[in-house]
Amino acid sequence: MENWSLFSLCVLLGLTSRWAVSFHSYSGAGKPPMFGDYEAQRHWQEVTYNLPVHEWYFNTTNNDLNYWGLDYPPLTAYHSLVCAYVAKLLNPEWVELHASRGYESHSHKLFMRATVLFTDILIYIPAVLLYCFYFCDGSSKQKVATALCILLYPGLILIDYGHFQYNSVSLGLALWGILGLGLGWDLFGSLAFTLALNYKQMELYHSLPFFCYLLGKCIKQGLTRRGFFQLAKISLTVLVTFALCWMPFLSDPKQPLQVLHRLFPFGRGLFEDKVANTWCSLNVLIKIKTLLSRETQLFLSFALTLLFILPSSLKLLSKPNLWQFKLALVNSSLAFFLFSFQVHEKSILLAAFYCTHLGFCLFLRLMFFLFVFFHSMLPLLVKDGLLLPYVVTSLAFLFLSLYLLSALERSTEEELRLGLYRKLTQRWLPKLNLSRIIKWKFWFSLVAMAVLSFTSVWLEPPAKFPDLFPVLVSILSFLHFLGFIIYFNLVQLMEPQRKKSQKKTN
Amino acid sequence: TVMAAPVTNDQSWFFALALGVSFLKCLLINAYHSTDFEVHRNWLALTHSLPAAQWYYEATSEWTLDYPPLFAWFEYGLSHIARFFDKEMLVVQNLNYASPATILFQRLSVIVADVVFFYAVKECCKSLREDKGKDLLGKPSFILTVLLLWNFGLLIVDHIHFQYNGFLFGVLLLSIARHFQNRHFEGALLFSILLNLKHIYLYIAPAYGIYLLRCFCFTQSNDNIWSRYNYLKIWNLRRFIDKFYSSLFIKGQLPQVLSRLFPFKRGLCHAYWAPNIWALYNIADKAFSILGVKFKLLDINKLPKASMTGGLVQEFQHSVLPSVSPLATLVCTVLSILPALFRIWHRPNGARGFLRCLVICALGSFMFGWHVHEKAILMAILPLSLLAVESREDARIFLILSITGHYSLFPLLFTTQELPIKIFLMLLFTIFSLTSLKTLFRKGGALLNPLEATYLLGLIPLELICEFVYPLTVWQKTFPFLPLMLTSVYCALGVTYAFIRLYISLLTCSDSTKKIKTQ
Repeated sequence: MENWSLFSLCVLLGLTSRWAVSFHSYSGAGKPPMFGDYEAQRHWQEVTYNLPVHEWYFNTTNNDLNYWGLDYPPLTAYHSLVCAYVAKLLNPEWVELHASRGYESHSHKLFMRATVLFTDILIYIPAVLLYCFYFCDGSSKQKVATALCILLYPGLILIDYGHFQYNSVSLGLALWGILGLGLGWDLFGSLAFTLALNYKQMELYHSLPFFCYLLGKCIKQGLTRRGFFQLAKISLTVLVTFALCWMPFLSDPKQPLQVLHRLFPFGRGLFEDKVANTWCSLNVLIKIKTLLSRETQLFLSFALTLLFILPSSLKLLSKPNLWQFKLALVNSSLAFFLFSFQVHEKSILLAAFYCTHLGFCLFLRLMFFLFVFFHSMLPLLVKDGLLLPYVVTSLAFLFLSLYLLSALERSTEEELRLGLYRKLTQRWLPKLNLSRIIKWKFWFSLVAMAVLSFTSVWLEPPAKFPDLFPVLVSILSFLHFLGFIIYFNLVQLMEPQRKKSQKKTN
Repeated sequence: TVMAAPVTNDQSWFFALALGVSFLKCLLINAYHSTDFEVHRNWLALTHSLPAAQWYYEATSEWTLDYPPLFAWFEYGLSHIARFFDKEMLVVQNLNYASPATILFQRLSVIVADVVFFYAVKECCKSLREDKGKDLLGKPSFILTVLLLWNFGLLIVDHIHFQYNGFLFGVLLLSIARHFQNRHFEGALLFSILLNLKHIYLYIAPAYGIYLLRCFCFTQSNDNIWSRYNYLKIWNLRRFIDKFYSSLFIKGQLPQVLSRLFPFKRGLCHAYWAPNIWALYNIADKAFSILGVKFKLLDINKLPKASMTGGLVQEFQHSVLPSVSPLATLVCTVLSILPALFRIWHRPNGARGFLRCLVICALGSFMFGWHVHEKAILMAILPLSLLAVESREDARIFLILSITGHYSLFPLLFTTQELPIKIFLMLLFTIFSLTSLKTLFRKGGALLNPLEATYLLGLIPLELICEFVYPLTVWQKTFPFLPLMLTSVYCALGVTYAFIRLYISLLTCSDSTKKIKTQ
């Protein structure tokens, strides 16, 4: 069969499963007074449609910021505005100021789901297809298989089509950025990434690798000659894009400050709920949240994040190639997730996305995926009434990746890039078989997770420790994430060069 | 080389396809379901709470039991598992009861019962002539598996609309596979079981009857005693089944059961016309009456009202052409399948000839039958898939029949929520069948001629007009049924064309095995 038909079958399968998941419930369905993310998105449409731009981010009589106030960058607001125009055409009740709060109906759900599908088809899916087409190793069939796995990635499907968000926009734009950089269209890449950044501030997690890669490339070309012009062009593109996105807010200096204040709410504390990052896990032993002052916390988290990003960024700066860039993306998003201030549990999705898809050893990807999924999604999705699609899509994804990409066969030491470790360990433990240990570790993690997720869904926790299961889950996941960040950092720093065969295909 | 791992393993791809489609089915649990869902819930309830003697008399719900007894026993068996999900669904008086647990149970029962279908498809694949040395995606058995397991019609009708066709077709395909494997006795037994599960399969009973008689009992070999013995065996089987029946019921129930199974009180066509001859007949009648009024040949006051308002009511009154009686449809059906039956009597041509005749019987009764449902087209499409992967001409007929037949199922799902899913699934199946059959019969040019291709492409604007443009126009209120009429008439053309081609292929090809070898 021709490639185009295989690719189109993949896309159709992806679309089918997306729409099938959208039949299920969404966050906060029928739960007044605050509802959930679905209502937040609808409320933003209402606000942006009815209020002038300078009121969007301010607390006014018509705009109660305590009720799902806009806290995403301007591009999200514009997107809401466009959706609101369509909504107004279809049914004016959906976006009526004040009166539409908590509006829920079957047709409105359909409309909201359709907007997600539309952006997905417009931005995310083409990016995935192009990415697989240009940057995946192997035969055309392997490319198709990878595309299918990415398109069926349950994390994104469940959050976008179940819980309800527009992650595919920011992720898709960032992916366009990576595509641009990979194809050598640096201006296009930086434009796409700037747009992603202006759609969701969480993309800041990846800004440093983008910056370092582009800067490193310019330095390589020589800062005194061509490199300088290149750098100037890139910075001009970024600045102009930013200026265009923020144009309506530039008239008054109060405006951008208020927007920034909304985007980075430092007042909310070091962490909320149960997140599998350092601070939340440490909190079990030491009550950091109460012991340290807000400023110390802020400083500490900033310093630690920087400490964990710097090595990979510096390496990327000195060796700006695509392989290093991908690794740096993973490292930086993991570092941000583990150490930065006020991390949302869904932000692991971002780290996970790059980790699972940017073409590392599949076996590691799956392990990673499992933890992410298990940790951050399960409680959230159970709360939303999405247990059925959660179970079905994640089992399907696991099975599909194991089958199509035959993961466990590939987890050789070479694939894991453990050659250097081997040299180190061989001196003391000559009979140690690293790949076998890792396989066993995989199955052990799998069982541990299955048991824990079963208990947390169906068993009552003991009365003394009501939070026992969530804490156990998040500590287990944290330990794995910590292991991952160390592993990926070591791989990036120690790997001298990629193998020749992979270099060619890239 | 990495892809080689799953490819070399012979069984795993089948498992992957089956599991994949099961995951998809599970995702559809929350989708829209039709009144058939309540029909089956009611049957669960009444078989569970009443003694068998009353099953066919119970009439609390309007959806009375109208499947044969074996299916009722199947529901009886299911109801014992249903108890563990939600006991309330087993109460006859709980009309339209649809708690989440009930939905989950009923959907899962369909998904699990499809295991029979999976097994049958696996058996069918064994009897294919395989070309060795091809890659997985070009293997006939792989293509056949996808065509059957991922069949658009089955997914739509069973897992969204709600019915148990997958399991029933499983029994049918298994019976066909047994005939391919020369295990005729098992095949006949399976078909008798199938008839007792759903009597719609009576449509294809003539093919079975003639084939078994011809190849099993009246063989021209010298072994006459043996064939006589075989004949007795089949006859005994039949009698055994009749006994089985009568033991289940008190005597005197048969007329009641039969009256439930064959309700002739309904009209010629279903509310939505199935794409068959009668759709064309109706539209011709309508065209004649409109032309007649225009040219003042007919008096508008003398015409029956329903035919002029554009509404498709149950009883369609023909205004110009003579009205059709049930007997007339029966005669037409018999006439349409007779040549095929004669053909396999004179030149049986093995199990493949039988299968071709079976498809013709199914399609013939679909074309001319009384009160045919659009879902009945699956009875022709699924067995035809078996032939499609083996010969070029059949592949061509399959493409035309499956695309038009599947498209004619679109009105089954009329809710906006299901609109994207039916389009995605239809495209998925159509693109796969088009490209895979094209690669399979790569040699010898295009599969479809330009006219056929244009006709099939015409379905795209038809869909756009019927479901996107027309609802926005002012006619939606005055003629709400016009899109349905357009759909069924347009599809009827394709189905009729496929029927004629199929007949030609049966009557002209002297020996199908030779033809395949020369290809």
